[in-house]
Amino acid sequence: MNYRRESQRDIRRLVLQMAYDAGVGHIGSALSVADILLALYQDVLNIPSPDDRQRDRFVLSKGHAALALYAVLHMRGWISAEDLKTYCGDNSLLGVHPDQVMAGVDFSTGSLGHGLSMAAGSALAARMQDSSRRVYVLISDAECNAGSVWEAAMFCAHRELSNITAIVDCNGQQALGYTRDVLDLQPLAARWQSFGWHVEEVDGHDIDALSTALAASTRTSSPRVVIANTTLGSGVSFMERLVHWHYWPMNEEQFKQALKEVSGEET
Amino acid sequence: MRKAFINALVELSQRDERILLIAVDLGYTVVEPYQEAFPERFINPGVCEQNAMAMATGLAEAGFIPFVYSIAPFATARPYEFIRNGPALHHSTVRMVGVGGGFEYGPAGPTHFGIDDVGLMRLLTGTTIIAPADAAQSQSALRATWDLRGPVYYRLGKDDAYVLPGLEGAFELGTAQRLREGKDVCLISLGALARESEDACRQLETGGIQAGHILISSVEPFPTDMVLEKIVDVPLVVVAEAHVPAGGIGERIGTMIAENGLSCKLLRCHAGREWDGRSGSHTYCLERDGLTGSAIATATEDMLQNKNA
Repeated sequence: MNYRRESQRDIRRLVLQMAYDAGVGHIGSALSVADILLALYQDVLNIPSPDDRQRDRFVLSKGHAALALYAVLHMRGWISAEDLKTYCGDNSLLGVHPDQVMAGVDFSTGSLGHGLSMAAGSALAARMQDSSRRVYVLISDAECNAGSVWEAAMFCAHRELSNITAIVDCNGQQALGYTRDVLDLQPLAARWQSFGWHVEEVDGHDIDALSTALAASTRTSSPRVVIANTTLGSGVSFMERLVHWHYWPMNEEQFKQALKEVSGEET
Repeated sequence: MRKAFINALVELSQRDERILLIAVDLGYTVVEPYQEAFPERFINPGVCEQNAMAMATGLAEAGFIPFVYSIAPFATARPYEFIRNGPALHHSTVRMVGVGGGFEYGPAGPTHFGIDDVGLMRLLTGTTIIAPADAAQSQSALRATWDLRGPVYYRLGKDDAYVLPGLEGAFELGTAQRLREGKDVCLISLGALARESEDACRQLETGGIQAGHILISSVEPFPTDMVLEKIVDVPLVVVAEAHVPAGGIGERIGTMIAENGLSCKLLRCHAGREWDGRSGSHTYCLERDGLTGSAIATATEDMLQNKNA
């Protein structure tokens, strides 16, 4: 198994294990962003250590996918296996949504539509401090329902903040249905473009493609958005593209089946 | 008060390069001195209060001290959740500056009234709240608090000329200012409404009533011990605030009276009559809600007479 496949397997196993142990859901969302986070934390983000002032910043605006963030922070060695086990337990820093008190989490999130604005401030700060650090922010496609996303989008383009990259986890689903039925976002790429952003679309489960798109240095003065086409529940056949798995936790049988599938043992 | 505050901010910015001013497309004829002195540190993000608060959170994380300036309801109620999940949750050095606390934007109507701002900010644990009474105090309050840890809300007035007698610009965080001593009643004012309470005290004196007067400009942290010391021996406490009763200082002082088993009565003069669609001058709005000096004095006299009857 190559390195990519191995890390894709590891992050999914961690997500499933934590979710099952805690008896909580949001598994589909975590699996949707798993490969984006691998690309960011293995190839793209320049973070010598989580308290380095000049590190790149990352905002998980769709905070409900924090499971995958904790898994990847563990893979980087910044969350211990012991701490990982406390997920959703009493007195744990690892809640369903991430909190900036925890080393490795730059901003607390959980309320959708908040992250891009904080990231815009972070990117403006880097610009004003003459720092080469970059800011990445992962938002969901349904999050683009929120007007605040477009306030921040306008600001970034107006200020020519080319040091910010937004990633849209475009899985076409939201809490109560498919985005096309709830509040149609299309044409999403054209909308971002019309707001003055440089737009790229990639397969959100192809780590090489993601890393290439995310790490690209921008020659233009525009902020960048990478629309990552993803599958909710990616890697677990019975979760994929089902709205049910936005929230739902697994029973024992489902957990065992899911673990086998992501481990490549059977499908 | 707002111009004095901005001038003091310009002075502070000369020695602390972390300070920024984010004026959310408001502040015409007020913010220009800052914009001229620090064009690179003056940010107008357009009409987007929630975006401004979240950006300030991002800027503060990188070490800046952003002051987000707008009219009181647009600096508090409009972007409320972005303050709650931003500066409050992150313990950020973000400063919300709300101009027109109370009814100072009277003719502009209820969308522009700042009568629930203090209560909203009081709900956010760890947020310092400052309501200066005049221009000089707005400057001393700023100089005492600009680099505090955690968010700060400044509730400013528009009047730069008025000087509250006896205050001389004094401010200390967590402290109240004693303006008058008197054994019959103790008036306690929130920020700029101290001006009306001073008028009330003079009217009461004419009628032979000795009124004490305390100014609360440090709303959070609240000067609990000092207020307690002043009200422990008076038969009546009168709180005057251009704010709705919920979340105001009257509510807080009432709790303090109950918690300490005091025997004094409490009269709360506050804003928040049901809106009838009719706006008017600042004075008109104060009259309508019984917050002018003479209305406060009359209500106090009535209360004292009822008590004695």
